[in-house]
Amino acid sequence: MADANLAVPRPVGRPAAHPGPRRWPALLRDPKLMFGGGFILFLVLLAIFAPVVAPHDPLEQDLMAATLPPWGFAEADPAHLLGTDDLGRDVLSRLIFGTRVALTVAAVAALVAATAGTLLGLLAGYFGGWVDAAVSRLVEIWMAFPAVLLSILIVAVLGSGLTSVIVAIAVIDWTRFARVIRADTMAQAQADYVTAARTLGFGRWTILFREILPNVMPGLIALLALEMGIAVVVEAILSFVGLSVSSDTPTWGGMIASGRQIIYQAWWVFAAPLAAVFLTVLAFNQVGDGLRRLLDPVLRR
Amino acid sequence: MTTALNRVAMMVVTLFGVTVVVFVLLRVAPGDPVAMMIGPGASAADILALRVRYGLDGSLLTQFIIWLKALLGGDFGTSISFHRNALALIAERLPATLELAVVALGVALLLGFTLAVAGTLAQRRIGEVAVDSLTGLMLAVPDFVWALALVLLFGVALPLFPLSGRIDPSLGGTFRTPFYLLESLVTGQAAAARDVAAHLVMPVLALALPLSAIVARVLKGALAEAMVQDYVLLARVKGMSEWRLVTREALRNAVGPTLALTGVQFTFLLGGTVIVERIFAYPGLGNMAIEAVINRDLPLVQGIVLVFGALFIVTNLLVDLAIAALNPRLRHG
Repeated sequence: MADANLAVPRPVGRPAAHPGPRRWPALLRDPKLMFGGGFILFLVLLAIFAPVVAPHDPLEQDLMAATLPPWGFAEADPAHLLGTDDLGRDVLSRLIFGTRVALTVAAVAALVAATAGTLLGLLAGYFGGWVDAAVSRLVEIWMAFPAVLLSILIVAVLGSGLTSVIVAIAVIDWTRFARVIRADTMAQAQADYVTAARTLGFGRWTILFREILPNVMPGLIALLALEMGIAVVVEAILSFVGLSVSSDTPTWGGMIASGRQIIYQAWWVFAAPLAAVFLTVLAFNQVGDGLRRLLDPVLRR
Repeated sequence: MTTALNRVAMMVVTLFGVTVVVFVLLRVAPGDPVAMMIGPGASAADILALRVRYGLDGSLLTQFIIWLKALLGGDFGTSISFHRNALALIAERLPATLELAVVALGVALLLGFTLAVAGTLAQRRIGEVAVDSLTGLMLAVPDFVWALALVLLFGVALPLFPLSGRIDPSLGGTFRTPFYLLESLVTGQAAAARDVAAHLVMPVLALALPLSAIVARVLKGALAEAMVQDYVLLARVKGMSEWRLVTREALRNAVGPTLALTGVQFTFLLGGTVIVERIFAYPGLGNMAIEAVINRDLPLVQGIVLVFGALFIVTNLLVDLAIAALNPRLRHG
């Protein structure tokens, strides 16, 4: 998987941007944030209100109404807007319930990966020496594994299920955070405000968590948004391989995998969840890009 | 020279770390490794013999040492599902994956360079916006999603290319080497070359699109920097056309950093082959790896993971050494 999060050295010695009320207009003016954030908000609402919004029970089978095409095609049933799959289940309802797994994995896995990676990155970047050497070596070892293969292996070892999927993503992707936060911390540790804090007699941990952490936060938040998009894709990959959550829970990846089997008879069973994954990844990416621009005073200018 | 030796030493440490991780991961896997290795119907004496052979009656450390010794001697064990030497199986599949990855790298470079030059020539016009949006999209969406989108586009909606495999079975038996594309091109078998290339189109594009976006972005940035340098200005004053300015003057200085970054990104492309091969039923190492994990074929899984790890580490090392050799400022770094 190509890595979009290249660690770009960031300028040093400026305080964190203040997300005060003045920022809101900028937030609303950025088309990337508007599109991305709006779409993700929409997904969150769908996930919460899935039972209310979904027109059908996502597990309800009706073999008499199998592989009905989406609305607008010949023989379509207006009751099934996006058609039905080979077991006659409503594609739209499954898609709506699928947002639950996708967003749960995105939020939890990304947060766990971010916490672990940020902690190690802060320690390595601030203390240097053997701590840095150990963390850097660990990152290098981790990067020597193909990410997809390692995630599949971890889920196979732990047994399929939501928790395994989250663990697999966190165990693999902490390196993304560790690399960027390490570089950021190194740069910040040279800044005047850190020297000032040291002169004032602040402890090392106080400086690290009260002074440096807030200053690497903008990069961290942008990275977190990108990671959520990646987590959605990894969940889809694991479902595609047949290792994610059980088959009674509708997931986008599971739908893609079963749609792939009947792609010539019912392409929409494959296309609908694929479009969902595509748009979700794009939305998280736009939010990440937009946030980076918004929170970084240098880029904003 | 010392830097190079240093890098090689680091590489050995990393490779050792990879073996430790693989060992730990596969030892915490539920199930008795011996029962998995030997299959049902083995006698108690056979099981005990294997247990002693692999040191499974000893401590974890002894087990690790015995395992590592076997690895260093080239003994990756016997695949449970194929009943054959794991290393031999890997060697059979690796060329297909390498061919896929190298072709994808070439396409990514070609596409990335084209986009960067086009974007630079179209500066501050609608063309540049188009190039930037396009690379943004290519970068945001990962190879897995591109692969599936291509399946829908060129497999179903507009069936131009075969959806799975590496070559039409009727053409399959005529190759002497495992590098089908290279061999058919060298020996001039046009029909076979066309068929292999057609099978490669979709997996190659899926792998190349995100990488080409990175190449395009970095190269475009480097070109923008070069275009305001004095020597470009001088050439412009002398009346050189924009096209020649970009391709002759600026490109020469922008290529180095771009290629360095591409080398590092190539390992991500290699990792991407795992799922892309799966999607297109391409008979490479990645597809076999997923099969092996699903079948709980531990010797094969561990062999493939180690081979991938070694491939990544060696690639990174070669890139580092090449960068150091090409950049005099880093030579004594």
